[in-house]
Amino acid sequence: MGELAADKHVKYILAVEKRKDNFESAVLEHLRMNGAYWGLTTLDLLGKLDAVDSNEIIEWILKCQHESGGFAGNVGHDPHILYTLSAIQVLALFDKLNVLDVDKVSTCILDESDIAGLQNEDGSFSGDIWGEVDTRFSYIAICGLSILKCLDKINVERAVNYIISCRNVDGGFGCTPGGESHAGQIFCCVAALAITGALHYVDKDLLGWWLCERQVKSGGLNGRPEKLPDVCYSWWVLSSLTMIDRVHWISKEKLIKFILNCQDTENGGISDRPDDAVDIFHTYFGVAGLSLLEYPGVKAVDPAYALPVDVVDRIFFGK
Amino acid sequence: MNWEEDEEKLLPSQRPEWSDVSPLPQDDGPNPVVPIAYKPEFAETMDYFRAVYRADERSPRALQLTHQAILLNPGNYTVWHFRRLILETLSKDLQQELDYVSKIAEKNSKNYQIWHHRRWLAEKLGPDAAGRELKFTEKILSGDAKNYHAWSHRQWVLQSLGGWDDELEYCHQLLEEDIFNNSAWNQRYFIITKSPLLGGLQAMRESEVKYTVAAILANPENESPWRYLRGLYKDDPKSWIHDPQVSTLCLKVLTSSGTNHVFALSTVLDLLSHGLQPSRELREAVDTLNPNSSSTKDSLGNTICSVLEHADAMRVNYWRWRKSQLIV
Repeated sequence: MGELAADKHVKYILAVEKRKDNFESAVLEHLRMNGAYWGLTTLDLLGKLDAVDSNEIIEWILKCQHESGGFAGNVGHDPHILYTLSAIQVLALFDKLNVLDVDKVSTCILDESDIAGLQNEDGSFSGDIWGEVDTRFSYIAICGLSILKCLDKINVERAVNYIISCRNVDGGFGCTPGGESHAGQIFCCVAALAITGALHYVDKDLLGWWLCERQVKSGGLNGRPEKLPDVCYSWWVLSSLTMIDRVHWISKEKLIKFILNCQDTENGGISDRPDDAVDIFHTYFGVAGLSLLEYPGVKAVDPAYALPVDVVDRIFFGK
Repeated sequence: MNWEEDEEKLLPSQRPEWSDVSPLPQDDGPNPVVPIAYKPEFAETMDYFRAVYRADERSPRALQLTHQAILLNPGNYTVWHFRRLILETLSKDLQQELDYVSKIAEKNSKNYQIWHHRRWLAEKLGPDAAGRELKFTEKILSGDAKNYHAWSHRQWVLQSLGGWDDELEYCHQLLEEDIFNNSAWNQRYFIITKSPLLGGLQAMRESEVKYTVAAILANPENESPWRYLRGLYKDDPKSWIHDPQVSTLCLKVLTSSGTNHVFALSTVLDLLSHGLQPSRELREAVDTLNPNSSSTKDSLGNTICSVLEHADAMRVNYWRWRKSQLIV
């Protein structure tokens, strides 16, 4: 089975692959902010955040900020809620939330381009001014504003009601009312309810069972019935189970084994399932999953904020 | 839209119509974080895109440029946004744009921007677009019957634009192709509960129970129809425990040898928790499955949990917890 090749993963994240013929690099260009969050949070969980130059990163993040206060995925792109959250999270890692004009970033209820300003009549959140509605955005808005301590800028009751309307008969949640229960959407909804103190709306026993049914023979987790296991579900499913206090309902040992088998122990990085190509997204979720499984050498991660626990403590309880 | 391949290969700097534009290079700053090495074509196309975007030039050549940029990176949301602005300014034919999206979606069926663009177009076109959108999602689902984006779009189309008439039949077709398709079972529930053409959950229950029982008997290890069955009795536990079809189904599955009994057992457990008075046959069927026959004094619920601790060993902690929650 082996162990967590932590040093290799750190090297993988730090090493910049300058492969000119890499289609994936071009495709990742617009979501570099997400990439920064995945890579840097993993480094922090492995105790190696000091391996990067925080000032350079913060400088680049601020270059991605727009007039409205929202952040883009990269310089020259438009702001989008997905990147605004990642930007806030990365700044939190470096304990540099104070570089933000919190009012500017959060007060834009009236300004269409920011998180709180995107709340629709029915309580749902759109991702940008062009109206994608999805419970992912409910989570992003609630998580981001919570970190900035501005949750009062949105109508929390309406937001919670919308999330509950996306709850299905199987105890899970979809992207919109009636949408198929999916572990990724479940994470977003459960985390949003956790942050707003509304977890009592979750049928924890029913959802817990649905979630532990995601574990398949190989020990890995899938995201919906009859789908293949994928390391990223080690996060979406596990964090949800943790938030509802039922993580012991899966076989921890088998899942740990599955995640470790998804490592590239020579070059570093983790893939979606054994023997596939690695990427930063799955590297983060594999390590974060191991953190929730209390794997030695990995810092504790907060299941709702998806940041190291000490970072979250620092935000809410000071140093 | 001109699809001539030769023309597409020409970069902006090679085309006379772009000679008046100064391309804007990407500004990563002096020490870029996660710097990315770009192919020259990509860099050049994006440099020209940045120039027209900054200038807010909403022209035919800019529209063509967004197409080039989309081909290189269909996930670039800024490009799609600008494309929409141009389409509006130039009052372009949106049906033609749907053709365009259909082509791009062929190879990018999980791309959020494409689905968002599609929804924007459909919203603008209104109820007339319903038929076309249902056909489009059907095409995508024929390649990947569980594509979450496609199902989400399809549900939005039905609720916003209509077209419910053949939806139940469509679900049935998909389930014929793959009875394990959880998305199709979810869609079935969506239709039963929300279609304005059907009578609602209670009215549909009888026929749906028959349908589901047949599906379960064919593959008792299939998680989806068991959950679907339970969902048919949502908020009506009395009907759930008193419908003879349900306990008969469980008995049939439990007395079949070589069958996966896990969901049947957990269903009986659920029925018991709602007050089912188990028949002697049911009790006997469960006892037969219990490797530990010394526990004949145990309640049925207890026995079921003991069986499941072995039959579904991965979730032993869950079944132990269920056992601890039993009242008797």
